Amino acid sequence: MAERLLMKGNEVIAEAAIRAGCRHYFGYPITPQTEIAHYMAKKMPEIGGTFIQAESEVAAINMVYGAAGAGARAMTSSSSPGISLKQEGLSYMACAELPAVIVNIMRCGPGLGGIMAAQADYFQAVKGGGHGDYHLVVLAPNSVQELYELTVEAFNIADRYRVVAMILGDGMLGQMMEAVQFKDSEDIRKCDKGWATTGTGLERPHNVITSIDTVPERLEAVNNRLQARYRDIAANETRVEAINCEGADIIITAFGTVSRIIKNVIADAEKEGVRVGLIRPITLWPFPSQAIRDYSAGAKAVLSVELNAGQMVEDVMIALAGAKPVYFLGRTGGMAPTQLEIVGKIKDILGRAS
Amino acid sequence: MAGVKFYIDLCKGCRLCTTACPKGIVAIDAETLNSKGFHPATVRREDMGKCIGCAFCATICPDCAIEVER
Amino acid sequence: MKTVFKKPHALTDTPFHYCPGCTHGIIHRLVAEALDELGLEGDAIGVAPVGCAYNNYEYFNCDVQQAAHGRAPAVATGIKRVHPGKIVFTYQGDGDLAAIGTAEIVHAAARGERITTVFVNNAIYGMTSGQMAPTTLLGQVTSTSPTGRKPELHGYPINICEMLATLDAPVYIERVASNSVKNINSAKRAIKKAFEIQRAGLGYTIVEVLSTCPTNWGMSPIESMKWLEENMIKRYPLGVFRDRTAEAKASAAAGAGVGAGNGAGAEAGAAGGASAAAVAGNGAGAEAARAGQEARNG
Repeated sequence: MAERLLMKGNEVIAEAAIRAGCRHYFGYPITPQTEIAHYMAKKMPEIGGTFIQAESEVAAINMVYGAAGAGARAMTSSSSPGISLKQEGLSYMACAELPAVIVNIMRCGPGLGGIMAAQADYFQAVKGGGHGDYHLVVLAPNSVQELYELTVEAFNIADRYRVVAMILGDGMLGQMMEAVQFKDSEDIRKCDKGWATTGTGLERPHNVITSIDTVPERLEAVNNRLQARYRDIAANETRVEAINCEGADIIITAFGTVSRIIKNVIADAEKEGVRVGLIRPITLWPFPSQAIRDYSAGAKAVLSVELNAGQMVEDVMIALAGAKPVYFLGRTGGMAPTQLEIVGKIKDILGRAS
Repeated sequence: MAGVKFYIDLCKGCRLCTTACPKGIVAIDAETLNSKGFHPATVRREDMGKCIGCAFCATICPDCAIEVER
Repeated sequence: MKTVFKKPHALTDTPFHYCPGCTHGIIHRLVAEALDELGLEGDAIGVAPVGCAYNNYEYFNCDVQQAAHGRAPAVATGIKRVHPGKIVFTYQGDGDLAAIGTAEIVHAAARGERITTVFVNNAIYGMTSGQMAPTTLLGQVTSTSPTGRKPELHGYPINICEMLATLDAPVYIERVASNSVKNINSAKRAIKKAFEIQRAGLGYTIVEVLSTCPTNWGMSPIESMKWLEENMIKRYPLGVFRDRTAEAKASAAAGAGVGAGNGAGAEAGAAGGASAAAVAGNGAGAEAARAGQEARNG
């Protein structure tokens, strides 16, 4: 049994990537995720891997483009403003069907914002922050253990579907230290990358990685292929956790760190005779719409609690299509809602509902 | 003996080859139109004997439209 | 009789889409001839720009990745680090390299990436129909300098070779031209030399090729060749701005360690890609985790 270690979230992400076979990391300093780069700067040279601190996040994502196109497992990480700079690169990678992992340890915004935790990049992550119709697979861990497990899984998903998979954490997750139970060996699911640019060796026709086709019929065919793949991913890779939803008076939807506050809210509310259920999307894209419909069927209302001004709540409303009243409670600027505040909101909602 | 071969349909009539030939035998064939609607460059059969196979025309051709033998 | 000149194997049979008299076609051929003569087509991986040559993957027989505007040097960096034994080259125009991609070219060169850049400078944006580029000459009329480029409005042209020659890492920097048989032949020698230096793993190489744009210059192909000779070469003098091949060979031969020996300078950055024999398996991971913890405690 591999060890159980007390480690910082950001370092666990880097360790997980290495364990998943990532040998090429391209980063850039930005709080609160820079420990990922520190860890990679130390480790990659020791194992014959590549660590580059690029000149910008734009350059870093394009280095990932090149390395992924050359057939390697590659990764970059950043925090909110840096992730904004990478959006063009992500759109190119989506169209060129390049597998890679990108990590966003969110900080509060907009603009330079602050360095505290936030969840205000939800739309950017799940609706596609770059141009064109595309999706990243967006995984939202809520613990350091999940940072480890989902980062390894992100590489498998990326390779299997030739998509970019994003780990969407926040400053708290990246900076907190928790125990991590590593596995003896990782479940690395390699895929044939015959499409990669490895040099023809004069033995095969050349491979081309490109995202442009000026012939509309052909570019539409590319788009149709991507959309079919996204449907496939939605069918196979949707992940969600549901807690205490059976017979719940009210369902709370929350992801990442906020979901841990809600677990305490459930206990508090129970004392006051209110049964609160939690639905925690683990994949923010594909969004667990069916689970939200199913688990909230018996509840009077749904409340989405987020560290932003109201983003995932829209997808909850879309999923429910009016079947339930949907409420929202959010804090911004790096603030987090207290249990008291949330329980108060629940009583207010249920008061109105009864 | 040397000689040049023109791939008529690759030529875009840019005339650069006509400036490079040290023997002045490369010229535009105004009687012919290629598939792109250009008058292609050529060396008249009677001038081919003057060709020294220096490949200047081919070197400056932007479209790999000229092959040279020597 | 023997064929002494024909289309190189490293070029596909697809006819070029370039305008009549555009020197892109010549430069593509020179790159392909260099790959042929050095036997490198099978090992080459090209990176295409955004600009007229965006689809040069239709013309090169080697593997090619098409990069976002200006980002080819970063894409090439990623490729080279994955395949240090392959020949990686970027083919970029002046809008791609000297405008939006300035940071990428400067830093790829400063890191001493073992890649080759073929930089096609025609002093204008061709694909988007004739806008001013950072390399547009003073007084030159373009669609975005309609009364001629003026320093007080548009600043001054950028001499990329001279700028990169201030960096320690680059091993070979030369500017050539494509407007005459003589210049084309010396351009080919420069490109071939750059690939040879890369093959020897000595460091970063770039060849800037002055080029024409008859369509957007509003001249005939023949007039364009003359205009290049009389105007561009004055602003962008031809020549070698850096050649540290000998020093780089010496320090590489002295076994100054993998990744070191990137041209002169004692503290030559360990910028080259370590021979990335990826360490398989996860044993490395476990004790790395422990080390991670010690590192963090340290």
